[in-house]
Amino acid sequence: MIITKQKDFDELLGMMDGQDSVFIVGCGECATICRTGGEKEVAEMSSKLTEKGKTVTGTAVINAPCLELDTRRVLRQNKVAVDKTEAILVLACGAGVQAVAEAVNCSVYPGCDSLFLGNVFRHQHFYEKCSTCGECVIGNYGGICPVTRCSKSLLNGPCGGSIKGMCEVDNKKECVWISIYDRMKKSNTIDRLSKVLPAKRHSAGTIPGRVINGA
Amino acid sequence: MGLREIFVQKDFVVTTEIPPPKGVNTASSLDIAKKILGRVDGINVTDNQRGIMRMCSLAFSHLLKEIGHNPIMQACTRDRNRLALQSDILGAGALGIENICVMTGDHPKLGDHPDAKPVFDLDSIQLIKVIKEMETGVCMSGKRLESSAKFFVGGVANPFFEPFELELIKIKKKIDAGAEFFQTQPFFDKESLEKFLEEVRGLNTKFLIGISPIKSIKMINFLNEKVLTKKIPENISKRVETAENQTEEGIRIAAEFIREIKGMVRSIHIMPIGIESYLPYLLNEAEL
Repeated sequence: MIITKQKDFDELLGMMDGQDSVFIVGCGECATICRTGGEKEVAEMSSKLTEKGKTVTGTAVINAPCLELDTRRVLRQNKVAVDKTEAILVLACGAGVQAVAEAVNCSVYPGCDSLFLGNVFRHQHFYEKCSTCGECVIGNYGGICPVTRCSKSLLNGPCGGSIKGMCEVDNKKECVWISIYDRMKKSNTIDRLSKVLPAKRHSAGTIPGRVINGA
Repeated sequence: MGLREIFVQKDFVVTTEIPPPKGVNTASSLDIAKKILGRVDGINVTDNQRGIMRMCSLAFSHLLKEIGHNPIMQACTRDRNRLALQSDILGAGALGIENICVMTGDHPKLGDHPDAKPVFDLDSIQLIKVIKEMETGVCMSGKRLESSAKFFVGGVANPFFEPFELELIKIKKKIDAGAEFFQTQPFFDKESLEKFLEEVRGLNTKFLIGISPIKSIKMINFLNEKVLTKKIPENISKRVETAENQTEEGIRIAAEFIREIKGMVRSIHIMPIGIESYLPYLLNEAEL
């Protein structure tokens, strides 16, 4: 799922400066789990904006705003409130914000910063394990992704800079190469690490910026 | 004479390193280099070491060559993608810079431009391989080069990495890729060195054993905390801490260590971080 954090409230107010009416959209999937754009957070945001003198014309938590047809349908169902608002604040990831923006004519603002594609490690603890690089190489590394989890995305072994098993960049982050080594040792496949692996084909990274037919 | 020939001809090879200036005036850096002309076999020119921006290694390597030194151009993969790295390799070839020491490089977050985009398009092993392919007249895309040069390519090794088996896998991969020499992280005691030499026995390469003269007790604390996997022995810390002149004591300790290990190894690499001006004194004390 996409991990988000809510933007600083003053930053939100700054973006909406000069616009008095706002409609708030939330997300029933990722942002609900992250507690950044579920029912509760949308209601809280509505109260805070009202306190600051904004008129909240309505709210809607869309199941998954990134499903664009659903988003259009929900906004149509809220047509009266949407038509009279100057701005829509979307408490979801950047994909959700854009789905809303493309369905309406008024100003649309992000209420969250999108951080990464993450696993839920445990309640409210998220772990980035995949960076959607377009060409999965995990098979070479015992099921662990160095592209995402090595701070330097190295493909042929550790940089040697780790201190007591922790990454030189972040002493709270284990050197992923030690995890890869441990796993491959256990599965008796450590000899596979001896092969010099080629550079990543960055052209495989999909940032298409257009509709891709996945069928 | 390139480092490859020096290794063939000399019994004991000594290299050191001088960082390029953080500015355009090279006089004081070159002045240090001039004072050790004829006394070292190569000078490593660091490439934005620890992610701190300085003059490029290529330009300063060229200036060292002009005054008669044998530069070892560092090339780290942190700041340049495959196009820029290969461009610099061609530039080095054109300027007659033969020795290249390849490394990944410290992450920009540790340096003076922490907001820089980390590149790491290639890793050190891939770059070593690319340079060896360029020697044959082909660039990384498979396109032919109009002309090419021969290089003496090496890398770095961390003898204190744990698990060492993983470091050894990487050292062997660098050799497979074409590395002909290694500069190691600094050693401070003979026992660790003996252990390392035993572990790498039989590998077809040359290890320039790292020697790092200590500037001060502050430096020891920094290295222990932020850089080294294995702490500097207590007796060294004590000697430096209680010395009247900590830097001179650090130099003497390094010199004693060099004399102690001279019979055990064939080559050393002196890293006088921040105290390059003491190099002549160190070479004298170490009887080099």
